[in-house]
Amino acid sequence: MTTPDAAWRPPPPRGGDTGGPAKRDPRCSLGRIAVVLLALAALALPWLMHTLGASFYISFAGRVLVYAIAATSLNLVLGYGGMVSFGHAAFVGLGAYVTGVMISEGVLNGGAHLLATLLVSGVAAAVIGAISLRTRGVYFIMITLAFAQMLFYLANSIKGYGGDEGLNIRARSAIGFGLDLKDPTTFYFVALAVLAACLWALARFVPSRLGRAVLAIRDDEQRAEALGFATFRLRWLVFVVAGMVAGVAGALSVNQQGYVSPNVLHWTASGTLMVMVILGGVATLWGGVLGAAALLVLQEVLSSYTSHWEFWTGWVLLAVVLFARQGLAGLLRGFKTR
Amino acid sequence: MPTLLIIEQLLNGLQFGLMLFLLAAGLTLVFGVMDMINLAHGSLYMVGAFVAAWLLSLTGSFVLGVLGAIALTAVFGMLLETTLLRTLYTRDHLSQVLATFALILILNDGVKMVFGTDLPLSAPEALSGPVQLLPGLSYPSYRLLILGVGLTIAVLMYLLVTRTRLGALVRAGAANRVMTEAMGVNVKRLFTAVFGIGAGLCAVAGALLGPLLAVQVGMGENILILAFVVIVIGGIGSIRGALIGSILVGCVDTLGRTLLQHVLREFLPPQWASAAGPAIASIAVYVFMAVVLAVKPQGLFPARS
Repeated sequence: MTTPDAAWRPPPPRGGDTGGPAKRDPRCSLGRIAVVLLALAALALPWLMHTLGASFYISFAGRVLVYAIAATSLNLVLGYGGMVSFGHAAFVGLGAYVTGVMISEGVLNGGAHLLATLLVSGVAAAVIGAISLRTRGVYFIMITLAFAQMLFYLANSIKGYGGDEGLNIRARSAIGFGLDLKDPTTFYFVALAVLAACLWALARFVPSRLGRAVLAIRDDEQRAEALGFATFRLRWLVFVVAGMVAGVAGALSVNQQGYVSPNVLHWTASGTLMVMVILGGVATLWGGVLGAAALLVLQEVLSSYTSHWEFWTGWVLLAVVLFARQGLAGLLRGFKTR
Repeated sequence: MPTLLIIEQLLNGLQFGLMLFLLAAGLTLVFGVMDMINLAHGSLYMVGAFVAAWLLSLTGSFVLGVLGAIALTAVFGMLLETTLLRTLYTRDHLSQVLATFALILILNDGVKMVFGTDLPLSAPEALSGPVQLLPGLSYPSYRLLILGVGLTIAVLMYLLVTRTRLGALVRAGAANRVMTEAMGVNVKRLFTAVFGIGAGLCAVAGALLGPLLAVQVGMGENILILAFVVIVIGGIGSIRGALIGSILVGCVDTLGRTLLQHVLREFLPPQWASAAGPAIASIAVYVFMAVVLAVKPQGLFPARS
């Protein structure tokens, strides 16, 4: 039985994700080879799709990347920070709305969009975090959810920017270099670059002094506090950074779809992100990416066979809860160590 | 006629609050006793409404529809509890969220497969007219019926929890589950029963609100979050808290939706007022919750004290 205030206890660290001195064991270099291969595959994907005549899937892959960024940022809060936020879609939605509104007002400078997105989602995360982080466990879950709901209803009420029907934009963020985000291949590479930067930063963060401190706070806050860490400030910092990254994911998503509606802020959107993280692997570097890819590919495949794809997705998720307790990353790790 | 309007809206708020209580009562016990986050509670509300609408079309009787929906949904809830949810009690909150989120997907699409995306459900003919409550104040008789049923069930629930052996066991379980088990109570079986009652109450709310709102797939998702807000405000695991929280939330939501709009019309152009009123009302509920948590982090009536 779980104690009421310990919402989630992380599994004991295994494998290379939680850092530690880089030992040159064969598993580590195997992992490195896998990452290089994966990166090559990701770079070659659009070319491959063009050759196979399946160009439609390039924009699908772009969508997977956007979700992967958002899910990875949630994994930072939820997995590494141990803060079960049920309102992460708030920041994705803020980023999407800030960029969408700027474009619809005729401001097309991509740099300005990025700056405004980071600023707005960062400030929102700072305020929401400062209030929510005073609560624990279930109450933290509910209060983050409450803030996301407030933004959801706010977005529904701003008639000037689409209200409940959503906001269509014609132009895209101008990012210079003669690149046009309307082109799925261009968008794919931009999103890939952002995701790669996030993963790189996360991989550097976890074994750093700061990262170790955050993990220590997650595992035992009182002990970390006794050791002299400013626990509140560190958790708050993680919350804000994750909110900003989620905002960038939102800014990307509005550029991809040319559309943003209050649904990006709905609690089921936060739930979906959470499902991706849990599905992929909580507190694992690749968890967010794996979960986003797995869930979206599953939906895509199922929806080509049946209109009741949600039904079967649900069963797959249930099977994951019951039989793969550490998500897909846990399964993969199981293969490697076997 | 502002006083009459306020009275009417207060009645509406009370009525919505009592329906919220039907959902929150089951949710708070599951949450309080088993420390389990059940996102699929709203789906039971949906199932109840659909079954009621289906039985109504079969039998032609509203009463039979509602009673049948209560029985079938309660059985369905108990089946769900014994086959799946029971295994989740010992898991962490994240697993519970993932599993019950999956259940929402399954039940939404499952209902769609069996019944379609929506079903017509209308109030009985005899209750379609208004009733004169005060001179100048007529109130829909169907809403009055909901009010009566809601109040009756609230009183019965209160008596059940505070005056019966079953209630004492449930309260003991909410206060300290391990100790209750150590005293020889079969908390598992007790809990299947509680879950069944909770599911039945969901069906009551779904069937009665069906004619006012709409019986459609996804109807449980928004009301679920309101029910969570209620139990967090009231204090997790407390029936009294759930009742008071429900009525507060119901009134804030309903009064905000209509009265605020009236007030705003004085200052704003009408199209802005009609948009801002409901938005502010919806937000007010969450602001209210944030304030309660800031002042009393365990809710108004914490079960564990």
